[in-house]
Amino acid sequence: MIQLIVFLPLLAAIIAGLGNRAIGNVPAKVLTTGALFASCLLSWPIFIHYLTGGDPYPVTQVFTWMKSGDLDVSWALRVDALTAVMLVVITSVSALVHLYSWGYMDEDPDQPRFFAYLSLFTFAMLMLVTANNLVQMFFGWEGVGLASYLLIGFWFKKPSANAAAIKAFVVNRVGDLGFMLGIFGTFLVFGTVSIPEILAQAPHMAGSTIGFLGYRFDTMTVLCLCLFVGAMGKSAQLGLHTWLPDAMEGPTPVSALIHAATMVTAGVFMVCRLSPMFETSEVALDFVVFIGAATCIFAATIGTCQHDIKRVIAYSTCSQLGYMFFAAGSGAYGAAMFHLFTHAFFKALLFLGAGSVIHAMHHEQDMRFYGGLRKKIPVTFWVMMIGTLAITGVGIPGIFGLPQIGFAGFHSKDGILELAYASGRGIGAFYVGVLAALLTSFYSWRLMFLTFWGKPRWIRSEHIQHAVHDHGHDDHAHGAHAHDHHDDHAHGDGTGGYHPHESPLSMLIPLILLATGALAAGFVFHGWFIEPDSGERFWRGAIAFNEHLYHSAHQVPLWVKLSASFVMLLGLIGAWMAYIWRTDIPARFTSTFRLLYDFVYNKWYFDELYNLLFVRPAFALGRLFWKAGDEGLIDRFGPNGSAWVVSLGSRVTGRLQTGYVYTYAFVMLIGLTAAVTWAIAQ
Amino acid sequence: MSGILSLMLAIPAIAAVACLFLSANGARWLALIATLLDLVLGGVLWSQFQIGGPQWQFVENVPLFGTFNWALGIDGFALLLIELSVFLMPICIGASWESIQKRVPEYMAAFLLTEVLMIGTFAAQDLFLFYIFFEGGLIPMFLIIGIWGGANRIYASYKFFLYTLLGSLLMLVAMLWMVNEAHTTSIPLLLNHDFPVHAQTWLWLAFFASFAVKMPMWPVHTWLPDAHVQAPTAGSVILAGVLLKLGGYGFLRFSVPMFPEASSSLVWLVFGLSAVAVIYTSLVALVQSDMKKLIAYSSVAHMAIVTIGLFAFNQQGIEGGMMVMLGHGLVSGALFLCVGIIYDRLHTREISRYGGLAINMPRYAIFFMLFTMASVGLPGTSNFVGEFLSLAGIYKVSTTITLLCTTGIILGAAYMLYLYRRVVFGELKFDDVRAMTDLSGREIALLAPLAAAVLWMGVYPESFLAPMRGDVKVLLQRIDRAKPAGDARPTPPKNPQVKAGEGHA
Repeated sequence: MIQLIVFLPLLAAIIAGLGNRAIGNVPAKVLTTGALFASCLLSWPIFIHYLTGGDPYPVTQVFTWMKSGDLDVSWALRVDALTAVMLVVITSVSALVHLYSWGYMDEDPDQPRFFAYLSLFTFAMLMLVTANNLVQMFFGWEGVGLASYLLIGFWFKKPSANAAAIKAFVVNRVGDLGFMLGIFGTFLVFGTVSIPEILAQAPHMAGSTIGFLGYRFDTMTVLCLCLFVGAMGKSAQLGLHTWLPDAMEGPTPVSALIHAATMVTAGVFMVCRLSPMFETSEVALDFVVFIGAATCIFAATIGTCQHDIKRVIAYSTCSQLGYMFFAAGSGAYGAAMFHLFTHAFFKALLFLGAGSVIHAMHHEQDMRFYGGLRKKIPVTFWVMMIGTLAITGVGIPGIFGLPQIGFAGFHSKDGILELAYASGRGIGAFYVGVLAALLTSFYSWRLMFLTFWGKPRWIRSEHIQHAVHDHGHDDHAHGAHAHDHHDDHAHGDGTGGYHPHESPLSMLIPLILLATGALAAGFVFHGWFIEPDSGERFWRGAIAFNEHLYHSAHQVPLWVKLSASFVMLLGLIGAWMAYIWRTDIPARFTSTFRLLYDFVYNKWYFDELYNLLFVRPAFALGRLFWKAGDEGLIDRFGPNGSAWVVSLGSRVTGRLQTGYVYTYAFVMLIGLTAAVTWAIAQ
Repeated sequence: MSGILSLMLAIPAIAAVACLFLSANGARWLALIATLLDLVLGGVLWSQFQIGGPQWQFVENVPLFGTFNWALGIDGFALLLIELSVFLMPICIGASWESIQKRVPEYMAAFLLTEVLMIGTFAAQDLFLFYIFFEGGLIPMFLIIGIWGGANRIYASYKFFLYTLLGSLLMLVAMLWMVNEAHTTSIPLLLNHDFPVHAQTWLWLAFFASFAVKMPMWPVHTWLPDAHVQAPTAGSVILAGVLLKLGGYGFLRFSVPMFPEASSSLVWLVFGLSAVAVIYTSLVALVQSDMKKLIAYSSVAHMAIVTIGLFAFNQQGIEGGMMVMLGHGLVSGALFLCVGIIYDRLHTREISRYGGLAINMPRYAIFFMLFTMASVGLPGTSNFVGEFLSLAGIYKVSTTITLLCTTGIILGAAYMLYLYRRVVFGELKFDDVRAMTDLSGREIALLAPLAAAVLWMGVYPESFLAPMRGDVKVLLQRIDRAKPAGDARPTPPKNPQVKAGEGHA
């Protein structure tokens, strides 16, 4: 069964990709979407099997991959509770995104290619989560990287999309460098790359030291940190995050599937999968907490002042991944996975909702040109509302004997914060996390208010103007609708005479299904993920599950439990004040704190810094090595030099051959004299 | 099955002579048939090769004169490299089908002669027979570049010749000394002869001079970009695909097993030059504006991964080095074909003259993407297996060198994707580019087998690892005494029952 789940998407991708235009749009779409729904339907029973306390499935061997000495790597599919969680997340979101893309990509000339890429991505992601050894995980890891590269650059005529695609791949490769070193080191230390064997041996390695780059360190710390660098790359953590916002150049369904729900969570999955290994190194866990907390707050600050709707959500993703990491670093792997699970639903929902808004607004992505869309696209509005309530963590805290109930993000985020507080290690991260929750609430409501409330500000948008004025030969269906109501006096209300339309059913159905998940996933599943007793039974050793920690999370002070809800309200009020009540506040704020605003708005100048430090020196060094090294030194003194010496020698000897007898006689005489002198001297 | 190796040499040799008396079309067909026949024989060779059988198989030995013997025979390493040669040859002939219109019979004869010399090099069991084949390979290549090459072909062919000849003369002197010392010219016997440690260093350096140039290693690599740029497409394919492998084969056949102590004590030289090569040539590749030059520089970086693997003194390293050789042979050959295909249409290698090919050449874009990804070392393609094993092997020797060489995966991605973006993505800017047609049936027939082989090696490399496994073990047994200690050396775990991996001293 697991073979079907994993390989159906691959098969569909190959047929749709190679068939491409030959098999046509509809067959390609039916095939890929059908394969994904089949995978999805097969995945849920596996998840339910674990929910009901079923025994772990045996590992399915496919065939040998690499065998070299004691390195023995095979293609194998491992399905435990951790994998089961990922299976349902991946296949469900992917299936819905496939369906959504029927509507969203309807007018694209390259649909088979798009759907083939989506299915290929799903296959690679499934290989990643079913890996039983580090090398197969790396295969999936790079496979999703490839799919991400192809999909970000899907509109390959756009220079910005191409640049973003390359950036994503190359930055991820920096992380992969760490991952590879981690695999090599693990193989050196344990003599195997099989995950269960490594995890079984890891606890015994405490206190061992290893040489690395000429110094000696604690063995497990070196291994975990190397592997974690890989996780940082894929999950866009601080330092290696720069590719994620740019990845928004890809079509929106891609952002929802890859850059929110699945691929970017691979790093979290890896840390959870290797949790018994990370548990052996205090330093590594501290580092994970630090990076997670830093990313969490860093990305949230940037999210508050982006104008592009997708970029706001992208930074939000980055920030939420930070939550997952510091949860994992605090030892609350269950909570990290729980947030991964709920986040997949509400973040995919927010992205697809944003896609629906963008679709309605004729590909305008700048929120400054939105406004007043609540009545125009009501379904989108309501699902986005649910998504926002979920991400900001709205719910009733479990105090005074009240049942704890709320939207998906409420359960998982509160769980993370309480566990971080209870763990001791994550207590600093707790405060950072609360602050980030405030910002989360602010930027999420800011997005909602700018988009759906207020007066329409559409007229200033070039895309909208283009749609209205170009209606005659417009290739976008919703644009074509605009012309019948187009008249000049309508411009006065800020609409520019443009009439947004609700998205087609193929887009709304996935939105509604995801909204259901964002509504209920937290409440329904929190028992299995983060409750002490039922959690132990559910995970069954798939992750390191510290029951005491989960017990003590229930004993945290009241203010800790309330803090998240409190700051959520604070953020809501702040956003309301700034974007509904007194809309001049943002402008006044930015002009007062110009420097701070510029710093945050320009994403802390990370791109500029990296350009200065890495990109430009790389090109400059390349030119230097080429012109000064290869041509100036090696060739000049090597082959060209020796050729020059030879030709010089031949010119000199050539000049000696004058053809005059007296010259030769003279030379002979000198030679004879020299010979005689030498003979006498002897 | 004895005699099959001689047959594989005889077929292209006879065809080469016959070509000279035929018309252009006749020569093409004869060359194709001859190379396909050799491919079939190569298949027979592979299927008859006993994995786990005797080290040397298909042995032939006919005394000629003096100590000079017509001695042929192969082990797993030689088998795989012969397979690579016979696989690439028909593709080269096919690639020259239309693009070569000048002196076709001579051209085909030169290629067939190259095939003879390459197979001979890998199959030779006599030291001087090896030398003749090894150096003979220079001649047809020199002619191919010098006669059918581009505008600056004379400079390139002389540079190629000068570089490679210089190294090989030193090797000849070393060979004469060795024969004098061991009283045999038989390579299998020499492999078991223990040369005095003090002499090993000089012998090793003499061989190194030759193999490092052939490889090519930094800083004696500058002939390669020029040779590639000037060579016709098929010349580049065979140059990158097989001739560059002669150096690696030399290291594996002579330097490491015959002079283990010297290999061990001079390993820093190999590692240092390789690490420099990875970073240096990758950065140079990044700024190239000529497609062939870019791929040529990337070859130098890839071959550096081969050398570190071969000198890792462990199974992963050596097998990895071999796998990179095979994988790079396929992938760089394929990339040069990809360049040749668009060169045939537009007659320029300038990257900036292209752009937007994905629009009018979608099939081409798919193949080019596959080979680009293989060159980048994506798992599931041939190069990943090799690079991974090679680097995993070297990690046991030096973590620093591993870190430096692994940066190649970042830089490799940068220069290859940057190339792909400029050639295939973007808008169609030029009318003549817009007029380019997608792959013809012939071109697909050239690329498809390469694509299949790249994926096969990536997904099921066991087919390639199995034949050489025994030979690597034999080699390791021989050189184990000189094995350098690694710098990682984890201290044993506190709990002694737990099995710890290799490498802790």
